[in-house]
Amino acid sequence: MSVDPRQHNEDQADLLPSKLHGADVLRTAVVGLRTRKLRAALSALGIMIGIASMVAVLGLSESSKSELLAQLDRLGTNLLTVQAGTGIGRGSGELPEDAAAMIARIGPVEVTSVVSTVDGANVFRTDFIPEGQTGGISVQAVSPDLLDTLGGTVAEGRFLDAASSTYPATVLGSVAAERLGVATVAGTQLVWLGDQWFTVIGILDQFELSPDLDRAALVGLAAAEKYLGDDNVPTAIYVRAEPAAIDAVMGVLAATANPETPEEVEVDRPSDALEAREAADDAFTALFLGLGGVALLVGGVGIANVMVISVLERRSEIGLRRALGATKRHVASQFLGEALLLASVGGVGGVMVGYAVTWAWATWRGWGVLVPPIAAVGGIGAAIAIGAVAGLYPAVRAARMSPTEALRIG
Amino acid sequence: MSGEVLALRSVTKTYPTTPPVHALGGVSFDIASGELLAVVGPSGSGKSTLLHIMGTLDRPTSGDVVIAGHNVSHLSDRDLSSLRSRHIGFVFQQFFLLSGYTALDNVADGLLYTGMALADRRERATEALRRVGLAHRSSHVATTLSGGERQRVAIARALVGRPSIVLADEPTGNLDTKTSDAIVGLLEELNAEGSTIIVITHNREIAEAMPRSIGLRDGIIEYDTAGMPVS
Ligand SMILES: Nc1ncnc2c1ncn2[C@@H]1O[C@H](COP(=O)(O)OP(=O)(O)OP(=O)(O)O)[C@@H](O)[C@H]1O
Ligand SMILES: [Mg+2]
Repeated sequence: MSVDPRQHNEDQADLLPSKLHGADVLRTAVVGLRTRKLRAALSALGIMIGIASMVAVLGLSESSKSELLAQLDRLGTNLLTVQAGTGIGRGSGELPEDAAAMIARIGPVEVTSVVSTVDGANVFRTDFIPEGQTGGISVQAVSPDLLDTLGGTVAEGRFLDAASSTYPATVLGSVAAERLGVATVAGTQLVWLGDQWFTVIGILDQFELSPDLDRAALVGLAAAEKYLGDDNVPTAIYVRAEPAAIDAVMGVLAATANPETPEEVEVDRPSDALEAREAADDAFTALFLGLGGVALLVGGVGIANVMVISVLERRSEIGLRRALGATKRHVASQFLGEALLLASVGGVGGVMVGYAVTWAWATWRGWGVLVPPIAAVGGIGAAIAIGAVAGLYPAVRAARMSPTEALRIG
Repeated sequence: MSGEVLALRSVTKTYPTTPPVHALGGVSFDIASGELLAVVGPSGSGKSTLLHIMGTLDRPTSGDVVIAGHNVSHLSDRDLSSLRSRHIGFVFQQFFLLSGYTALDNVADGLLYTGMALADRRERATEALRRVGLAHRSSHVATTLSGGERQRVAIARALVGRPSIVLADEPTGNLDTKTSDAIVGLLEELNAEGSTIIVITHNREIAEAMPRSIGLRDGIIEYDTAGMPVS
């Protein structure tokens, strides 16, 4: 029987469309990459480095920030210092005697602690060390509430109290104790302080907000007056104020402390330094994130490059697949699938490496490890997006190849 | 069983190069189900062009092609892919096996675009490999096989979907005489089992051994032994 070709218009009815399952796209992509292992690994590495650096930067900045916040939380941001300026035109180095009392009268001020530098007094381990070798240790007369005001802690022994403030007793700052070679308060530890023996009753931990006091030997105000001839004129006053009113308090402190020459008073908020560090960290984070982004971009270009080469090399495979019944879309999905798989492998690897780096660094610094979830999710997401963009052009190119041209092997 | 699986009517193909190449100049013939035939001709006579058109990989410049009842000119590119996935099997001179796959998975990929499940594809592939005498090689990676074995795998891949027609372009072109004879023998066996097979060759000896052969020269049919008594 013969067939008139023109009679077949309703043909499509029994023509089942060719189709490709998602699982097969994945399988084909896996095999495609496995047959070119080194190349696949190298191009995934590019993405991995980019993602790893971004995750690590975010993780480290977050970990250090949380460490800083914990520190601020512990120390409080409501500590203010009032100091007498020194130098020509900046002041005598002393505050008025009633400055502390005046400051205490400011409504939102919670506590004030006075520190008076004992001029001319030096501390030595023994009484036969020459006068010039002070070791940079100053002697400060302080009130017993200073430790609480500063949020400091005692490493050994105890702090000055009402009783010990009147005796020749001293508490050493951490640096001062080290320089004097006093490691313990056990037994009776004596130091030669202002031409007489003082008993060391305590050694302090490092102050995080007032490092000056780390290099000081602290004595009671009464003892300073009695044994060292100090006038108890305050040189510095530490103030804790209600956090909500801190700016207002800061504004009036100088004038309250020294109404006659307020310009000779220096007012500071020590926690500002920590907050400035946080801001500086943010700037660095942005910089490194930018660099990570560049690495990621380079990784994406690497994938695009590898895929374009792959499409050219695998022309006969493309031709064969078209002959087996693949549509253009199927061919495109195969190459796009490979690019996406490459990028996701790089992305997952990058997130893991980024975590590992963060963990190692933070642990070394003694911080808590904190990688924001957005870094992990975003990292893998960014990798996949890069893979999609990088794979799109090669995939379209593969799909557009005519089957006969692809099969004509040169 | 009989009936048309392929009909060509005044098929021409002109490649739009400068100057244009008239590769086919009006070719007509019918192929019935269960036939085994050779298209033979010298190099450049248009054999591969004809195979691509019969296999719907390319469209004719004019004329009609009807495959398994479907007029190619009425079908979209997507429909042509569907047609190939279910009705046409290809065998190429260069085998075109996928190097990362085993023999079995190369054959199973002959069904990849039919939407059949993987387990079923592998089952059918195992059967097809047995049919071409390569059951013992099914787990070998394609690149470790000999030329003759590779072509057997390719033939199994063309057959695994039970297509209406198998198109083989110089299937023995890369093989030595002995292996080549074995492949032709295999094609004859498969035809005896019911497959419709068209072999394209420039080898007259192979063509003359086939029940039917169509001679092609400069894009025109020189002779067609259809209807003539087989010698
Ligand atoms: N894509 C193309 N563009 C231009 N000309 C082409 C193209 N493909 C084939 N031709 C030309 O068409 C003619 C027929 O080519 P075809 O490949 O069909 O011949 P063949 O019989 O298969 O030859 P061979 O035995 O060498 O494979 C040749 O002159 C060839 O140069
Ligand atoms: Mg040819």
